Amino acid sequence: MRLKVIVLAVVIAFVSSCGGNDKKDVKKEEPVIEVIKEVVTLDPMDDKGVGPITNITLGEIDETLAEKGHGIFKAKCSACHKINKRYIGPALRGVTKKQSPEWIMNMILNPEVMIVKNEKARELLKEYSAPMANQHLTEDEARAVLEYFRTKN
Amino acid sequence: MKSIFAFLTVAVFLVSCNPAPKSSKSSKGALTGNAAEKVYVAPGEYDEYYAFISGGFSGQLAVYGLPSGRLFRVIPVFSQDPEKGYGYNEETKPMLNTSHGFIPWGDSHHPDISQTNGELDGRWIFINENNTPRIARISLETFETEEIIEIPNSAGNHSSSFVTENSEYVVAGTRFSVPIPQRDIPISEYKGNFKASLSFLKINPDSGNMNIAFQIRMPGFDYDLSHPGRGKSHGWFFFTTYNTEEAHSLLEVNASQNDKDFVAAVNWKKIEEYVAAGKGHKENVKYAHNTWDDDTHTATSKMENEVWVVNPEDVPGAIYFLPTPKSPHGIDVDPSGEYIVASGKLAAAMTVHSFTKMQKAIEDKAFDGEAYGIPILKFDAVNYGTLEQPGLGPLHTEFDTRGNAYTTFFISSEVVKWNVKDLKVIDRHPVYYSVGHLMIPGGNSRKPFDKYMVAMNKITKDRYLPTGPEVCQSAQLFDISGDKMELLLDFPTIGEPHYAAGIPASILMDKSKKIYKLEDNKHPDAVKTEADTKVVRKGNEVHIYMSMIRSHFSPDNIEGVKVGDKVFFHITNLEQDYDVPHGFAMIGANTAEMLIMPGRTATSVWEPKEVGVWPFYCTDFCSALHQEMQGYVRVSAKGASTPIKYTLDDEIPGTEE
Repeated sequence: MRLKVIVLAVVIAFVSSCGGNDKKDVKKEEPVIEVIKEVVTLDPMDDKGVGPITNITLGEIDETLAEKGHGIFKAKCSACHKINKRYIGPALRGVTKKQSPEWIMNMILNPEVMIVKNEKARELLKEYSAPMANQHLTEDEARAVLEYFRTKN
Repeated sequence: MKSIFAFLTVAVFLVSCNPAPKSSKSSKGALTGNAAEKVYVAPGEYDEYYAFISGGFSGQLAVYGLPSGRLFRVIPVFSQDPEKGYGYNEETKPMLNTSHGFIPWGDSHHPDISQTNGELDGRWIFINENNTPRIARISLETFETEEIIEIPNSAGNHSSSFVTENSEYVVAGTRFSVPIPQRDIPISEYKGNFKASLSFLKINPDSGNMNIAFQIRMPGFDYDLSHPGRGKSHGWFFFTTYNTEEAHSLLEVNASQNDKDFVAAVNWKKIEEYVAAGKGHKENVKYAHNTWDDDTHTATSKMENEVWVVNPEDVPGAIYFLPTPKSPHGIDVDPSGEYIVASGKLAAAMTVHSFTKMQKAIEDKAFDGEAYGIPILKFDAVNYGTLEQPGLGPLHTEFDTRGNAYTTFFISSEVVKWNVKDLKVIDRHPVYYSVGHLMIPGGNSRKPFDKYMVAMNKITKDRYLPTGPEVCQSAQLFDISGDKMELLLDFPTIGEPHYAAGIPASILMDKSKKIYKLEDNKHPDAVKTEADTKVVRKGNEVHIYMSMIRSHFSPDNIEGVKVGDKVFFHITNLEQDYDVPHGFAMIGANTAEMLIMPGRTATSVWEPKEVGVWPFYCTDFCSALHQEMQGYVRVSAKGASTPIKYTLDDEIPGTEE
């Protein structure tokens, strides 16, 4: 059983190694490959999720950044999220106490992969039914939204 | 364990990144069995070329992939399109306005792609409307029609819409001469009273916007097709004429009398100078100029009322007639710009004129009289040679980079490959049946991409499963990389495929637009967030400013609408992800069903006629909860006192953050 898992991993590595060589494939979405693995329960604050964000260091709350994040939240997120009320997606008050900053930003930036590969995101999809839409925020914009969330604890 | 190893080995083969190139030089024909391999584009792979094939009497332009022949999209241009709401919703209706009023259909003919330095630049594609003379410009980033300009003093805009090698101009012509200005005279007084127009539309190099720079008032012949000079002949435009007899009835007999008609050679660079020097005159006309604004997502139609006209006598030395047998149809210029190939559709031979000889003939004043003040050059002084007995009914010619021409023969249903310099036939191949145009990607440029050729056929008869009296028209794909043409594929087309334009996918695919950014949306009725959504009554108009996102409308419960109201749904798609359009349909609406791209706003009007509670919904399967994307409008009786009320989840949208 253990061996099978390793072989699968090798094959996946081959598949993904092609992307850079073949120009035609650059823009294509990688097929989602579900890797079966043991479920390990992580401390949610240690769960960084899957995506471009691997390490965020938080300092004092930057009010200017939070205000910018508030504007972005209104424009791009509020059709599905409210701060105090469960809506299409979860209420977001206190979210930065429940999930790591990396996880939150990866959920914003990489939702299609998160709902497949991240256990917590999978659970949320089960509960809310509607998959999180990718609104194509930049990393800086996602960071600003995170700062706004920090003011809503 | 063994099976695991086998799996691994297979997987490595499957994911090999650079498969060996497919053999492409075989000249043994389809019987070798590799035709299928040559057109097979594996699932998930891309085609090598885009082909834009005119929809003929559908008025549209269809986008196919080559070599697969797969249809990707129908771009609505001159006709309403219920699939996308084009010509139905309030924003796009002005695109179909003309001096005759709103015209919901058209007859599209000859697409041509913009060029820089004689090569395809892939910025815009132009296409003409034959019936109500118009030219449209389509963006090759959005694949949407951005501009339509009507051509005044014109009828039957057939010799159009070809572009010069730096996209300086796109041209229009008149297949049908008419009284100019239009007036009430006996048809039998055609001769001398009916005139033609050759229109040169300047293309703005940045925006692509067109304006009619000048019209040449020509004798009352039929101007059939045209092509620009290139390279050494850049600055000239060549138009075929027939009906130099100036017949007004039973043209199939009466316009086939003369042994030779003409190719009109127009030196537009010289005319440009004359016009700049004030030659010509202004005429009062009326024509619509419709433009699409990609920031406001809205078209506007403006009625223009002036055009600059030059008569041939205003521009001496700028227009000549080249005698050409017999009712020539297609006129095509080879990649070097030297050879001008005219297809006398009733002639036994193909005529090739030489640009160099033409220059000399003009210099030597080798004239054979004149027609309406336009010098007729001596046939022998301009003619390079003729290709004798190549087939029956030649129509159109395209070129490869190796000195060969490919000509379609309508009556004998074949494509003939011949060497232009040697005037020798190299190969011929039957087509099924009655071929009109053919297309080699980049065919109207200095640099054809000469791997494939598409023949477009008027009649298919027994080639496909029958579908009642009306059967599909078709295209046939040939491999022209070898000495012999090899037929690879038949595929059906939309409407009648008059001409096409092809371009390597690599030029277009990376710049294809994916979404409209919400922050750039300047539509006056856009809503940028759910909190902005609202319903406003203005007299008997009710304006619903609505948003859509996977998978709900805001608001989705609306009350206070009354019978007799005119209800405007201004709907913004708040999605910012690729390929997530939402649709909108309202029961009983007589106007538009709409498809709204991410970040876009569109408007549909509904005039409810009955009291009740009426649903609307999303028509484009947008997510797993698409079936839940719906809402209701309560309609009260005329004069009822039901107040305007709009909610989502029983709250005014955006009340709570």
